[in-house]
Amino acid sequence: MTLAIFFFYLLSAVLVASAMMVISSRNPVHSVLFLILAFVNAAGLFVLLGAEFLAMILIVVYVGAVAVLFLFVVMMLDVDFTELRQGILQYLPIGALIGLVLLVEILLVVGSWVVAPEVAALRTTPTPTLAIADNTAALGRILYTTYIYYFQAAGLVLLVAMVGAIVLTLRHKEGVKRQDVAAQIARDPATAIEVRKVPSRAGI
Amino acid sequence: MQSLGEFSSLWPALPEGVLALGALLLLMLGAVRGERAGDLITALSVGLLVLAALIVESLPDERIIIFSGGFVFDGFARFVKSASFIASAVAIILGRTYFREIKVVHFEYPILVVLASVGMGMMISANDLLAVYVGLELMSLSLYVIAAIDRDNARSSEAGLKYFVLGALSSGLLLYGASLVYGFTGTTAFEGIAAAVTQGARPPLGLVFGLVFLIAGFAFKVSAVPFHMWTPDVYQGAPTPVAAFFSAAPKFAAMALFTRVMIGAFPQAIAAWQQVVVFIAIASMLLGAFAAIGQSNIKRLLAYSSIANMGFALVGLASATSAGIEGVLVYMLIYLFMTLGVFACVLAMRGPQGMIENVEDLAGLSKTNPMMAFILAMMMFSLIGVPPLAGFFGKYLVFLAAIEAKLYALSIIGVLSSAVGAYYYLRIIKIMYFDEVKQSLGPVPSEVKLVLGVSGAFVVLFALYPGPLYSAASAAAKSLF
Repeated sequence: MTLAIFFFYLLSAVLVASAMMVISSRNPVHSVLFLILAFVNAAGLFVLLGAEFLAMILIVVYVGAVAVLFLFVVMMLDVDFTELRQGILQYLPIGALIGLVLLVEILLVVGSWVVAPEVAALRTTPTPTLAIADNTAALGRILYTTYIYYFQAAGLVLLVAMVGAIVLTLRHKEGVKRQDVAAQIARDPATAIEVRKVPSRAGI
Repeated sequence: MQSLGEFSSLWPALPEGVLALGALLLLMLGAVRGERAGDLITALSVGLLVLAALIVESLPDERIIIFSGGFVFDGFARFVKSASFIASAVAIILGRTYFREIKVVHFEYPILVVLASVGMGMMISANDLLAVYVGLELMSLSLYVIAAIDRDNARSSEAGLKYFVLGALSSGLLLYGASLVYGFTGTTAFEGIAAAVTQGARPPLGLVFGLVFLIAGFAFKVSAVPFHMWTPDVYQGAPTPVAAFFSAAPKFAAMALFTRVMIGAFPQAIAAWQQVVVFIAIASMLLGAFAAIGQSNIKRLLAYSSIANMGFALVGLASATSAGIEGVLVYMLIYLFMTLGVFACVLAMRGPQGMIENVEDLAGLSKTNPMMAFILAMMMFSLIGVPPLAGFFGKYLVFLAAIEAKLYALSIIGVLSSAVGAYYYLRIIKIMYFDEVKQSLGPVPSEVKLVLGVSGAFVVLFALYPGPLYSAASAAAKSLF
């Protein structure tokens, strides 16, 4: 148990520190890298909670896709981040207000548990306990039985989105040399090499 | 054999399965063979849709619920599904010559229509708000893409973008409504939502709030006022076969979904949704009648005509009785034939410099192409609702149901707006028969002739033998109650 507590404080401390670094570092690339560090630490916290599926999703989706996308944008677009930061004092009241709203929302959630303790029971959704199935297996079991219909249909929706993107944007330009593997393999010396007689001091 | 036995319980979803797997195979075929396989894929897609309609017809009539309550098959689903699948097939057939002539060759068009049909099947058979949403998105996403499929044409791209942005907004409204309904009933299954409201009691305010948002989402999909703004622009901008498709199968499927959610999930809250449906029916009929008067582009005119027709169909839903739902089904089926027939006429309007779309260009059609002029005139009379033609029977059934449900104001406004709408339909007939010939139209492609012939024959001859359609629609409507 002490080991778990040790890791909880380690991961939390690194998480909070890297979150601070995300907004305070001068170099935007460093910001994104600290964001990735924050995500990885949050994933570690999820593992400590026994929510290994959420941890993996966090790594795959946020680190694998979103953060890399951020990096691409930061590196490819010429955005002057110091200029963006100019008006920070001007926007501070709005930011503080949003922070206050979020804080009140969290207090309301926690407060409802204190005011009406029976509400907390609603949090325990009817899932199998960890002893029977860990949550990846439990999710998989429900996704491929009760919700198989919606799961497959969602796959078709994604297929339509992909087909649509290709139909509406893909253009085959004339005169672009594409790799044709079959043609490359089918080449033989007779077709690939041309033997020319080069007269001395004349060139071809 | 245990697993095979369990699989066989899923057979009511076989048509959707066949369509989905078929679409995947056709996609592979197109990816491997490229545009050369276009004709083959078009033919196979039509074959798939007809096969799916045949499977739907061969399924038994009893009510079966599968996929843990997500999918229901009953007489209602059978009636709407077979009609929608056939209408989708007709839309693919109509596009064959057209797309070749405007040099937009995408083998994906028929495949996207097939995938949209899978979505329609899911919507028609939805028995859970999750299935409603996923089915609706599957259909809508395919429609957004094919609206913009003529991607080098600014109007087509504009149509696709407008439809997409407004469609996303309406999906948001629908989801918000669904989340409220889930929050106040604790379930997304229709039976559970229906059980959450006790007979005779007032439904909780939050549930009514969610219900109104759900209706807003559906009204967008059937293009009912005040969520109709996208319709004229999309119809005008999208390629004509795509506009024909939009006005037929997806409308019927969305109307069926609207009906099923109202009757299936909110049977105890009729008073709550009836007034909303009455309002959007009146608004659609009036706007459709008055706004179409000033239109010179025939596709825009047909868009307003479709808004008005959705209003008439909603009159049947507003009555909330079995007779009213029967009216909706008969009305929508007859409307499928009429709209596909009229759009076939639009596809036959080929001038020397490609397609023409102005109403004035039809001048003197009775002299240059008397057969087409006659069929188009019959379609127009049928859309007005002149007695011996098919359109009359649809209107008769929905207004009869509304009067029986004591919705007198709705019926009177409906009949009056129908009379106003007669003006622009009659104007087309006047232009065709009494104006001087401006230009003669080019030859009509054979598949357009076929669609014209079949829909024309249906509209003219329906009165002779309406029995089978009435009894099928009546059985389908009863299966909902």
